[in-house]
Amino acid sequence: MSIELDIEITDIRRLTDLIKDKYGYDFKDYAMSSFRRRIKRVIDIYKFKTVDKLIQVLDTTPTFFEEFISEITVNVTEMFRDPTFWRILKEQIIPNIILNHDRISIWHAGCSSGEEVLSMVIMLHEMGFLEKAKIMATDIDTAIINKAKTAAIPLKNMELNQKNYTSAFGSEGGQPLNLKKYFRDVGQESVFDKSLLQNVTYRKHDLVQGSVFSKFDLVLCRNVMIYFNQTLQNAVLAKLHESMFKYGYLAIGSKESLIWCDIANKFIVVNNEEKIYKKIKD
Amino acid sequence: MFSRYKVSGKYRAVVIGGSAGSFQGINKILAELPKEFPLPVFMCLHRLKHVRNGFVEALSIKSSKPVVEPYDKETIKRGQIYLAPANYHMSIELGNSIALSTEEMENNSRPAIDYTFETAAYVFRDKLVGILLSGANKDGAYGMMRIKQKGGLTIVQDPEESAINAMPNAALAQTKVDMILKVDQIIEFLLELDRACKMSQL
Repeated sequence: MSIELDIEITDIRRLTDLIKDKYGYDFKDYAMSSFRRRIKRVIDIYKFKTVDKLIQVLDTTPTFFEEFISEITVNVTEMFRDPTFWRILKEQIIPNIILNHDRISIWHAGCSSGEEVLSMVIMLHEMGFLEKAKIMATDIDTAIINKAKTAAIPLKNMELNQKNYTSAFGSEGGQPLNLKKYFRDVGQESVFDKSLLQNVTYRKHDLVQGSVFSKFDLVLCRNVMIYFNQTLQNAVLAKLHESMFKYGYLAIGSKESLIWCDIANKFIVVNNEEKIYKKIKD
Repeated sequence: MFSRYKVSGKYRAVVIGGSAGSFQGINKILAELPKEFPLPVFMCLHRLKHVRNGFVEALSIKSSKPVVEPYDKETIKRGQIYLAPANYHMSIELGNSIALSTEEMENNSRPAIDYTFETAAYVFRDKLVGILLSGANKDGAYGMMRIKQKGGLTIVQDPEESAINAMPNAALAQTKVDMILKVDQIIEFLLELDRACKMSQL
């Protein structure tokens, strides 16, 4: 049997302490099992062999830190992930918001490579509401934000994206809806029409250390808090809550839940299957 | 009582992995599992990535107790049967809870058996039983190795009996597992484990 590198909790503590001291980011309350595996992944990719080596490189090579952040964060995503969620958004949530004040402000917290943002703007465009929208999209990882700004999606993912899209919104005039009208293929990527992003601002923001910067009608933070432990989930949820207008909506991932959180009573469940909540108390 | 497998009562959890050809075996195991089985059972079975509903219901029909797909950070309950949800990896987290992840697929799978097994081995160490059933790729082989390295007990379904034996064979090639059993024997083992754990908790 080959001997595998065992990363102990004390190793992780030393690593998060160094990052906190040197770079100001706080990974102390990331969920242990996924964070440990991300660390192991970085060590494997860069062939560091030990945690000590990784700590040493982080300590002596500040330019490596951005790469480290890119590898640590999880950037696996899809357009129109959970198609039924998008259908509810289109049929109920967005119309409700527009009905009340004819404008809509949206925050994609942890936007990754921008698939969710593109899904949103395409849906709003088709509803005729894109002009009414102001969208903020943030992530901790600068490289992935720059990627998202290009509106280019790997060709190999487009079959799934198209499938999700059709399954979310079905057909129109007997023809299955097709994403093709929004992009053209360039090399190995499908590049979406940049005008779709006209009302989108991409910005670097760390949910853990960053402050509340605005208020929104709809906050999407799907499959982001799963990488945090419960202490941090509580802290981040408090920030999301503060970033929402009263009676605004919050969407989390299909297998996430607010019921264990301290301020769960400040929300009501709007759709339990799709995990959409409404803020009812300040 | 007659003890064929000399099972210790020290175990705290069971993980089961399966893929193509494992559904029937899983059903049989779940049907025969005692209602009061004292350990949590974590199942990671390869499934359609984009079909969220139906699988857990299908598994629950014959099961002696309900199967649940846990939420992220759900507290682990003794005797509960957990199934990794569609399109999420399922891990065992420190502090007696379950965590979910949307990280990259492993062995073309999300959920991946290696992910669940490796994190369970990390947390439960020598108090874990790992069972790997029929399947068509090598997922689970690394996880079984980790369980073994941490002192846990490793059981692989007899490749002779497995509908598709690539997965059992991959694990056997990588690790000297503790037992190679047919599904009926796995059930006998689990009944013995049930008694041993109840005895040790008296």
